[in-house]
Amino acid sequence: MNAMLKSILSTEFGFAILRVMTPLLLPALGVAISGLSGATNIALEGIMLVSAFTGVMISAFTKSLILALLGGIASGIGLAALLGYFHLNLKADIILAAIALNMLAEGVTVFFLFMFTGDKGTTSSLKSLIFPALHFPLIQNIPVLGAIVSGHNVLVYGALLAVFLYWLITFKTPLGLRIRAVGQNPDAAESVGINVNRTRMWALMLSGFFGALGGLYLAMGYVSWFSPRMTAGRGWIGIAAASLGGNLPLGTFLSSLLFGVVNALANYLAPLRVPSEFIQMIPYLATAVALTIYSIQAMRKRRRRI
Amino acid sequence: MEKFVLRYFNLIRAVIAVVIGIVISVFLIYLVSKDPGFSLQQFLLGPILSRSRFSNVIETASPIILCGLAIAVAFQARQFNVGAEGALYLGAAVGTAFAVSTHMPAFLHIPLVLLVAAGVGAMWGMIPGILKAKWKASELVASLMLNYVAYYLGLYLINFHFRDKQAGYLASYQLPRTAWLAQFIPDTRMHWGILISLAMALLVYLFLYHTTSGYEIRMTGFNEHFARFGGINVFKVVVLCQLILGLLAGIGGMTEVMGIHRRFLWQSQGHPGYGWDGVVVAIIGRNHPLLIIAASFFLAYLRVGGQVLNLMSDVPAEMVTVIQSIIILLITAEAFLSQWRYRIMVRQAARQEVAV
Amino acid sequence: MEMILEARGILMVYPNGVVANRGASLEVQKNSIHAVVGENGAGKSTLMKVLFGMLQPQEGEIFFKGRKVQLRSPHEAIRLGIGMVHQHLMLASDLTVAENMVLGVEPRWGQLFLDTRKAQEITERVSKEYGLPVPADRKIKDLPIGVRQRVEIMKALYRNAELLILDEPTSVLTPQEGDVLFATLRQLKEHGKTIIFISHKLKEVKQIADRVTVMRDARVITTKEAGELTEHDIAYLMVGREISFERVPPPASVGETLLSVQGLSYVNEESMRVLNNVSFDVRAGEILGLAGVEGNGQTELVRILTGLLPAASGRITIKGRMVNGLSPRGIRETNTAHIPEDRMEDGAAAEASLQENVIVDRYYKSGFSRGLRLLWSSIFRHTQELIGRFNILAPSPRASVASLSGGNIQKVVVARELSSDPEVIIASQPTRGIDVGSEELVHNLLKEARDRGKAIFLTSADLDEILKLSNRILVIYNGELVVHFPNTAQLTGKDLGPFMLGVQREEAVSGKVRP
Repeated sequence: MNAMLKSILSTEFGFAILRVMTPLLLPALGVAISGLSGATNIALEGIMLVSAFTGVMISAFTKSLILALLGGIASGIGLAALLGYFHLNLKADIILAAIALNMLAEGVTVFFLFMFTGDKGTTSSLKSLIFPALHFPLIQNIPVLGAIVSGHNVLVYGALLAVFLYWLITFKTPLGLRIRAVGQNPDAAESVGINVNRTRMWALMLSGFFGALGGLYLAMGYVSWFSPRMTAGRGWIGIAAASLGGNLPLGTFLSSLLFGVVNALANYLAPLRVPSEFIQMIPYLATAVALTIYSIQAMRKRRRRI
Repeated sequence: MEKFVLRYFNLIRAVIAVVIGIVISVFLIYLVSKDPGFSLQQFLLGPILSRSRFSNVIETASPIILCGLAIAVAFQARQFNVGAEGALYLGAAVGTAFAVSTHMPAFLHIPLVLLVAAGVGAMWGMIPGILKAKWKASELVASLMLNYVAYYLGLYLINFHFRDKQAGYLASYQLPRTAWLAQFIPDTRMHWGILISLAMALLVYLFLYHTTSGYEIRMTGFNEHFARFGGINVFKVVVLCQLILGLLAGIGGMTEVMGIHRRFLWQSQGHPGYGWDGVVVAIIGRNHPLLIIAASFFLAYLRVGGQVLNLMSDVPAEMVTVIQSIIILLITAEAFLSQWRYRIMVRQAARQEVAV
Repeated sequence: MEMILEARGILMVYPNGVVANRGASLEVQKNSIHAVVGENGAGKSTLMKVLFGMLQPQEGEIFFKGRKVQLRSPHEAIRLGIGMVHQHLMLASDLTVAENMVLGVEPRWGQLFLDTRKAQEITERVSKEYGLPVPADRKIKDLPIGVRQRVEIMKALYRNAELLILDEPTSVLTPQEGDVLFATLRQLKEHGKTIIFISHKLKEVKQIADRVTVMRDARVITTKEAGELTEHDIAYLMVGREISFERVPPPASVGETLLSVQGLSYVNEESMRVLNNVSFDVRAGEILGLAGVEGNGQTELVRILTGLLPAASGRITIKGRMVNGLSPRGIRETNTAHIPEDRMEDGAAAEASLQENVIVDRYYKSGFSRGLRLLWSSIFRHTQELIGRFNILAPSPRASVASLSGGNIQKVVVARELSSDPEVIIASQPTRGIDVGSEELVHNLLKEARDRGKAIFLTSADLDEILKLSNRILVIYNGELVVHFPNTAQLTGKDLGPFMLGVQREEAVSGKVRP
């Protein structure tokens, strides 16, 4: 028990939090920006899958990280754009279309996985690349903080930068203003000549961008291969995180951090002699509980004022 | 002719979506396979080329129908609960545990086991419903998370307490014969579960369109404000429809175990996936129980075709997942082909002008 | 006479098949105030949307400042110099006035970023130029409607609108605020602008317009100088028959109190006290009218009375029985009916059929269901009977409500509510946005109900309606009752106006009547 507590309060745990948080934060940002525009993207699960797969494949065949990065991002944006096309142009219900695209992504990735590797398990037979880790010489010598903050995969820092980017876009650019306006009153935006659909498409493509970074990190940083359904529900958890954070930059970051802490904690509970199934359940249970608590609070706040 | 198109427009659209899906499957097969002609034949005709394969289609359709009904009931009230997968998994797991631990004659055992599975499923499906009704928590996210939780709970239950160590693979004890749903056609696995599915479809149809509760569910789906305004207890509706979802899904999972596998063995391969198939057929069937039957047979046909394809050629079965996603994508696209319909309507309006 | 805008032969068919404009033609003189009137469903809103580029007509031509133009989007209309102020204000509530002002034409800082300071400057500049004061950095949701509307007008002016289209601008204003608006419009006319405005209110039209266009059944009937037409002329052209403008005579006898409200208060989610100590009685055989500008607590009051919202404090009794905290069904079971102010949100389910809509308050009662089972044949017959009795234009009880016009949908709602044979009727904006023919029908039905001894509580932002129907009138302002007129015989809108605007008030007002 003591040993377990000690390991939890160690810098390894702090390091693990950032590592685990990244593939939750990025899809959450994706959900958030689309949510601001009034067309919430719940296909982040699928977007992460296709970008992870694309990144791995391109890096394996071209041995180029840059191409993998670009390809992964393009595929993520592409899937998001497809969602946009079906919802905005063809008037499909965005939830149903997103469910369809998630299914499509799952099927397509396994289909081509088999085609290229003859294996339905993983791509480890291919030598795909991973993104490098960054060590900051000055920072890494700071006690405690250094071990937590330095040495992460570049995409982990990318995720933190993404939060800043998200804030910048939303509050300091005309596009961000339009996205917010479209989300609050699409008729108003339309009446001043803003193309609501085009703005929402931009928001969706941005969400595809953020999600793609998440997928790339998963298969080229968190681990170094692609396997079917490897996102394991992180796209869904991202929805909860964005909603808890009010779709705002700081809020989304904090809720993703919370989920990151809880999920990282799960890996340290082995000494408790609990069956692994219960440990694996933790991320999902925690999300459901957080969602419930958040909703109760929101309802209480409304009632208290009356 | 044009009047016909206008009246049955949605149906025609669905058929066209299916046709496009098939065309894409042909394209994919040609892309991937070394012997596309053969592969295509296996895919499209495989399911009807033998008695066992054809029966396979019907067997596969059985749990899909139940899950489709489950999802449809919730979707009719605009509750986006996708928890059929979790309810069926946990319901079947607990049902198996019960079946394996109790002894009684078949005429009692079968209904009781189904009851347990339905009850557990109902309670599980109800959770997102209560969270939504009481605190407005998203039933979509809650049910998604609970699907995973149900999976691990079910796994734990079977692996730790009911695992058959003598079986060569990860599975539960075999169900006692008194809990089996008999297979009544030799050389096939066709079991009474399919009749249960069809009966349930009829019941759900009557429920949704001819009872007061069904009416409440549908009105809530059309316009929640209107339902509340008119006096309908929307809280009750939100909880009830998701409870029914879990109940039907639980039965769906259990009939599979009792009729086909006779053990709980969904451990290593993960979810059976019927819950998500349910979403697919609910969308294709526009949440209508009778259309869902047709959609389920269609999907089952594709599935079996995909399995045959996988077995006999070099095309992976995931192709079916790709096709079904494209089909439902096209079906949910309300504006798909709407230009065509619009042009017809304008022409009709112009003709009226002339007549006047 | 230079024409700034000409539209010829506009044919506009909606995707659902409804023909909204048929061969519509319009000529608007430069620098005039031009009114367009017509019943709802006559096609005025549609025509304005076409003129603003929000809709693309199937046929027809538009000429602006003498040149033929294709208005493919509001963007293009704005670029040409056409601006529109919609009835439902087109503002993003969580953004500031300045942000709303520059939306779509945002000033940039270094190509990529938003120049918030410039936005502020622009707002202040336009405000000064036209004499329209507004707080640039406040969020829209914190501002009153009159100010919001001003922001809307400023938005159009900033975008160099020479032609301003206003859609029912006074529907949310008191008579006094309306006067302020008209002064603004005259000022804008002096700045060289041209104004088109849509209105139902014929008095206003006579007050401010230079020319009037009347529309009916998707066509333009005629356009004349305002001086050439009386209100009666206009009404006749709009409906094709005579309309009675007479007051409804007071009832023969008034019975006991059926609905009684005592000390009702309500605080909303933003902790604002929306209702404060409201008390009144409604007796059998009378119509008690509640006048007030929208947004002063009427909506919440009605929702509390009908069980959709909980009161913070106060007592509500119906026929002597306390009904606080009852569910909507519970209240309905006291024989109380409610005609809601938003028929599409509360009153009907658009995609459901007529018969499904009609039975929502009675489907569980005997005659329509037996146990769990619905009796569709009797439901069908019942609906057919209602269609006949209330003159609803619909092909069959199975037709979906969405295919009906606004007026007919309201008839469905009224048919349902009145056919439940209630003793108390709560009517909110019962004729909002419907054609004059349907409006007359609804008014007659309410009068009939009153004469048969029902107690009717009427809230409406339409002063003419209140004055026409009510035996007694209360005015609400900021959630409080500010005056009670037990005798409505000589009242006019100008009497009520000051109270509605908060300029005048009486203390400790209650709508109760001494026995």
